[in-house]
Amino acid sequence: MNSPVYEPFLQKPRSFYDTYERKSGIKEVTHYCPGCGHGELHKMIAEAIDEFEIADRTVLISPVGCSVFAYYYFDVGNVQAAHGRAPAVGTGVQRARPHSIVMSYQGDGDLAAIGLNEILQAANRGEKMVVFFVNNAIYGMTGGQMAPTTLPGMTTTTSPGGRKVEDSGAPLRMAELISQLEAPVYVARGALCSAKDISRTRRLVRKAMKVQVEGRGFAFVEVLSACPTGWGMTPPDSYQWIHEKMKPYFPLDVFVDRTDETFTAPAPKEPVPLEKYHEVMRIDSSDQLSFPPAQPLDPKYANPRLKIAGFGGQGVLLLGLGLAQCGMMEGRRVSWLPSYGPEMRGGTAHCHVNISDDEIGSPLVSQPTVLIAMNQPSLEKFESQVAARGLVLLNTSMISKRPDRDDLEVLDVAASEMAQKLGNPRAANMIMLGAYAGYTGMIGEKTIEAALGAIIKKRHLIELNVKAVAEGFALGRAARG
Amino acid sequence: MAAEKVDRGRIEISRDECKGCQLCITVCPVHVIELDEGLNRQGYRPVRYTGAGCTGCGFCFYACPEPGAITVFRLARSA
Ligand SMILES: Cc1ncc(C[n+]2csc(CCOP(=O)(O)OP(=O)(O)O)c2C)c(N)n1
Ligand code: SF4
Ligand code: SF4
Ligand code: SF4
Repeated sequence: MNSPVYEPFLQKPRSFYDTYERKSGIKEVTHYCPGCGHGELHKMIAEAIDEFEIADRTVLISPVGCSVFAYYYFDVGNVQAAHGRAPAVGTGVQRARPHSIVMSYQGDGDLAAIGLNEILQAANRGEKMVVFFVNNAIYGMTGGQMAPTTLPGMTTTTSPGGRKVEDSGAPLRMAELISQLEAPVYVARGALCSAKDISRTRRLVRKAMKVQVEGRGFAFVEVLSACPTGWGMTPPDSYQWIHEKMKPYFPLDVFVDRTDETFTAPAPKEPVPLEKYHEVMRIDSSDQLSFPPAQPLDPKYANPRLKIAGFGGQGVLLLGLGLAQCGMMEGRRVSWLPSYGPEMRGGTAHCHVNISDDEIGSPLVSQPTVLIAMNQPSLEKFESQVAARGLVLLNTSMISKRPDRDDLEVLDVAASEMAQKLGNPRAANMIMLGAYAGYTGMIGEKTIEAALGAIIKKRHLIELNVKAVAEGFALGRAARG
Repeated sequence: MAAEKVDRGRIEISRDECKGCQLCITVCPVHVIELDEGLNRQGYRPVRYTGAGCTGCGFCFYACPEPGAITVFRLARSA
């Protein structure tokens, strides 16, 4: 007689990595505790990814919680999101890469506590993603604190006398909650506590993944899952506990199933190519790149990082916007970041502007090379931030003191008085804009004139502002000698 | 010899990947998984196949939280 021949029937799914490079030591095992439900669910998900052959377009968003390291195991695209924010991150991934299969994997602390808003909004928008919700009735990672799903009477480190419904409310039934929304296509709850329940949960996982493969929309699978460590039980006892305690409160069911509806997936919206962006956003760019970039009169004025400050009403935000607009029209990269602090009313207001030949890393200007100070508190507040040998433009009409530092290059401009003479003290900001352009050469005078047309809404004020810019420009040029 | 029963399945336990949680033992309908002797490289007391009687049902595979600790084989043919 020949000896019987056996063939592998169930083995480690292909979409797991062969080894997990998380830590030294044995690289074939997960970081989960013995008997942890996360591992069982991982296996089902990996199996479904294999079956649908979608590993190369699946993006797994892992949460904060024990499954934070899911990206060490699944050989798919991975993003690790901030606590509770996986559905928001998944939304972004799905919209930027419409062909991807987005999977959000979250625990009960992550999804039902800190991330409750994110999950409900994503479900309500019907985002094209599958959410796997591991309900183990506790915060596992942080050492067993009470979760929104902790059962009444259940002891945790933060409910040592047992959860009291009158203090903490009743446990949240997330699958039921989500099934009340209009958009979800598939909402179900399974359990991992017996061979039968595990088989059933596998089918739910597969179906939810199929919803994604077909592009139908939002699918949510809640899984009652063991946390033997947090519960202080052996894994077999944890199975029993899920069966006896969790299932009665969290009934296993399919709450929503619209997968039988006839459905033709809409062609995924392609992301807007960069060169079409202005069309979609309805930005008129007809005149924007039409000016040759002005050349700085000294190389040190190139690529300025500006901070512009004054009191509310002096038009410092508009001054910054004007500078950024000019830079843009001369084909440079620019950023403008207004600071709307509580000090907007009464105190100082300020904004950050970058004008650069290179990409701008951050719109935040923490070490300005140019400070335009429209009043004294602004000088006092920001002088110390200015880069070494930086340029300071002082509105001497409002500032009586001199800068404390002696390395700074200072241009005095009696901007408010000059504006008053032109008939409107509010044009002081444009005098400063002109003075900066004239003194540094960083912006052409013609550019400013065109820019004003773009940023000043009240047409009748344009003429005044053009005059103000011209006076400032002349003063700046003259100061160079 | 025709009377000798051929098992429909067989399992292999990767000793060092096992965490000794015993969930496989809990779900095996024919009780053919048992605790092994000693500790593995992780420091857990692993389980082993008793060597006979597996039906190849796969329950142990899906109850096992470790990706590669259990492989289930099924009988392809017996002469
Ligand atoms: C913003 C923020 N708040 C709190 C924490 C602490 N923290 C880490 S994991 C966690 C909860 C984990 O519980 P759960 O989501 O149920 O996942 P499990 O560990 O049980 O799988 C908390 C509160 C954090 N990391 N970040
Ligand atoms: S603490 Fe609980 S949820 Fe976390 S790995 Fe351990 S058993 Fe799993
Ligand atoms: S495959 Fe089924 S019969 Fe064989 S060891 Fe696993 S649980 Fe037991
Ligand atoms: S279920 Fe897996 S990890 Fe647990 S004892 Fe069995 S083989 Fe080992």
